[in-house]
Amino acid sequence: MIYTVEVNHVKRTVDVDGDMPLLWVLRDELDLKGSKFGCGAGFCGACTVHLNGQPVRSCITPIATVGDARVATIEGMAASTVGKKLQAAWMELDVPQCGYCQAGQIMTATALLTATPQPTDAEIDDAMTGNVCRCCTYTRIRAAIKKASGMHTASVEE
Amino acid sequence: MSNGIAASGLSRRFFLKATAVAGGGLLLHAMLPLPVHAAAGVAAPAPLNAFIRIAPDGIVTIMSKNPEVGQGIKTSLPQVIAEELDVAWKNVRIEQAPLDEAKFGPQVAGGSRSTPVNYDPLRRVGAAGRQMLVAAAASTWGVAPSECRTEAGVVYHAGSNRSLGYGALAAKAAAMPVPDLASVTLKDPKTFSIIGQRIPGVDNAKIVTGQKLFGIDVTVPGMLYAVYQKCPVFGGKIVSANVQSLKALPGVHDAFIVDSSVVNPSGSHEGLNDGVAIVANSWWAASQAREQLQATWNEGPVAAQSSTGFAADAVKLSQQSPESYLRRDGDAAAAMQNAAHVVEAAYSYPFLSHIDLEPQNCTAHVQNDRVVFWAPTQHPAPGAKLVAETLGIPEGNVSVNITRIGGGFGRRLRNDYMVEAAWISRHVGAPVKLLWNRQDDMQHDFYRPAGFHFFKGGLDGNGRVVAFRDHFVTFGHGSTTADVADMDANEPPALLVPNLEYGQSIMESGIPTGSMRAPRANAIAFVFQSFIDELAHQAGKDPVEFRLTLLGEPRVLVNSTGIPDALRDFDTGRMSNVLRRVAEISGWSTRDRLPARTAKGVAFYFSYLGYFAEVVQASVAPSGEIRLDHVWAVGDVGSQIINPSGAENQVQGAALDGLGQALGQAITIDRGRVVQANFDTVQPLRMNQAPPVEVHFLATDHPPTGLGEPALPPVIPALCNAIFAATGKRIRSLPIDTDMLKA
Repeated sequence: MIYTVEVNHVKRTVDVDGDMPLLWVLRDELDLKGSKFGCGAGFCGACTVHLNGQPVRSCITPIATVGDARVATIEGMAASTVGKKLQAAWMELDVPQCGYCQAGQIMTATALLTATPQPTDAEIDDAMTGNVCRCCTYTRIRAAIKKASGMHTASVEE
Repeated sequence: MSNGIAASGLSRRFFLKATAVAGGGLLLHAMLPLPVHAAAGVAAPAPLNAFIRIAPDGIVTIMSKNPEVGQGIKTSLPQVIAEELDVAWKNVRIEQAPLDEAKFGPQVAGGSRSTPVNYDPLRRVGAAGRQMLVAAAASTWGVAPSECRTEAGVVYHAGSNRSLGYGALAAKAAAMPVPDLASVTLKDPKTFSIIGQRIPGVDNAKIVTGQKLFGIDVTVPGMLYAVYQKCPVFGGKIVSANVQSLKALPGVHDAFIVDSSVVNPSGSHEGLNDGVAIVANSWWAASQAREQLQATWNEGPVAAQSSTGFAADAVKLSQQSPESYLRRDGDAAAAMQNAAHVVEAAYSYPFLSHIDLEPQNCTAHVQNDRVVFWAPTQHPAPGAKLVAETLGIPEGNVSVNITRIGGGFGRRLRNDYMVEAAWISRHVGAPVKLLWNRQDDMQHDFYRPAGFHFFKGGLDGNGRVVAFRDHFVTFGHGSTTADVADMDANEPPALLVPNLEYGQSIMESGIPTGSMRAPRANAIAFVFQSFIDELAHQAGKDPVEFRLTLLGEPRVLVNSTGIPDALRDFDTGRMSNVLRRVAEISGWSTRDRLPARTAKGVAFYFSYLGYFAEVVQASVAPSGEIRLDHVWAVGDVGSQIINPSGAENQVQGAALDGLGQALGQAITIDRGRVVQANFDTVQPLRMNQAPPVEVHFLATDHPPTGLGEPALPPVIPALCNAIFAATGKRIRSLPIDTDMLKA
């Protein structure tokens, strides 16, 4: 079946089964490899993208349910003011270890800061707890979110 | 002691080959033997080949030899070369080397070895390059090389106020005599401007913008996608499957049964194993078709095995004499009889899965008798060998492009996915990307082995340990332990307690085991450092003071073979120093001021050449729920931290990884298969659980060593000891059962 979806402000047309998760449409039909496959069940957040600005797990989002929603992926985040700040903070604080989860982390963090520009630690916990970092870079993820939000941030060493 | 990066070890067999490359650049092949590393278990000396390429515009390309798995090696080892080459880091580009051990030396990410094995040799590679560039400049100007100096990619002659950039000198430098690596002049570490700097990871920009980097991101023209279903029971054989009906499903290109009995007659877990391959025009189509798979298996003998069975058998074995002894010092039985107090305790820990976030995968293209791989593997060479043997082709016909790796933790030291991908590619005659799903990944791992320890400790009237006994019940076959299911006979408190015996008994098991971050240490630290805490409590001593007394005077305890081995020889002084320091920075002496059910626990551990002592502060709610308040980690990994940003990240990550294991991870076996399938039942640590981790390093006069592993082991007993201090409940099995911690 033919689906037309708006991905990072560009209309894209794919001919796939309606059950195919958005993750696999992005990765294997549209060659946008930034969104990652981790668990296939919505537990890890590596596949996080935005639908109309809201973070969703693309691995359990069938393409047939996307409809007219605007899809944003990590590849589009440099065009977002908040996303760009987060990317810069991630690089400045040298957050990644293996780096595999970080696209999903940044997508969730971008949605968080867009809705809550200066989140508390508890709000960061609530928003980010669905995103697993197997390397456990959580200390730096938290510091990078605070840095991007313009809040005073503790050194990443602590 | 020596973990042996002595310059003298480099002197004789060093070659440095310089060649001009197209465009007038300099290509430095530095071929040098590895230093003689006294440690057993460390790869035998082999040629290492680091490479430097300098373009006419002065841009220096440095090859990164080892797989990047998140340990930061793609940044830190090039820093070492760049420092001694004396080039500005902004002018350095890093390229990942493909598999070519003849050219690059051993290419492996494991055992925290990359730093100790490569630090000194790669400094010399950089220094030799610098010396040739200086020689080229001196020759151009007709002055003595000794009158020249370098800085940030430029050679200067002060006397005549002349200078030349490395780019302009590169072609001429390639023709200069090749220096003897052993005699090149190294920088005074006080003058370092790249080593010791917080340089961010070289792939960070690509990571945060979602560019293709990882094995799972690879695409090749004409590529098909594969899934591979193996028997859920380890070692099970395929009997039949509905492959004809699978082939008719949408998008499916092929479906076929793999009988591995001819190519893997021994049934090696890492070799090709029986299964059903489904190949489709998308991974999703292959996965959907798999839902319709109906397979019949001969499950084999492992189907009779279970975690509960193992635990019951371990208890039975503990009631008998050990099958063998790893060591017997003094007379433990007599000393135990004469002891003022005797403490007995049984400890256990479960199998664990590596849970790499990037599921196992790789892309293979077999054409006739050649294979090209794009593989996220921590150790590509054995994978290439295994594939060559399985396919019956020359090993030299296997090429491996090494991709960035989305988590390894030792899982990707094994290359089973490479064999599967190659087999499927050959069958369908096309490049194939094989991708496991999460269930495959969790249920077909090489698990951290479970284990059982039955301890007895004797204290004299002054609270000193006079007798110590462990009966370790582990897995294996006959008298041989399974992979990493062994214990070192030198495990402290060996050589610290006069009457000590370590007995061992082995249970038959068909569960695949293998290295997981800090293999052996990740489990052994928990049981030994927890039981030592029990002894401290029985003795009525401060747990830090008790440990310092046990360690005694600063000295190196040479392992019982008498042959120095840096991996096994234990420096009590280095350990005491990190322990004292962590007590200071954690406020250990004022811990009695903490609120009720909040407490600190301490542990130390030496592994993979690194000395770590850690304190965890935890609070236990009346419900039994555990809150991790803070972690303090002090490490001694030698004289130089190459990249403090990466180093702190490793220590923080390792500590949190260990806490996650202790709180929420176990693999249980039922009827020969793994029960857990995803992150709902095996829980990695998450943001809302992660405490701050304060990291300190003690710089000591020892060669720099690695950080992927040694910070993990002590954090688990430190947490368990904190829980004991908070609640009076001793954690003797993992993961922690919060029900037993209810107020």
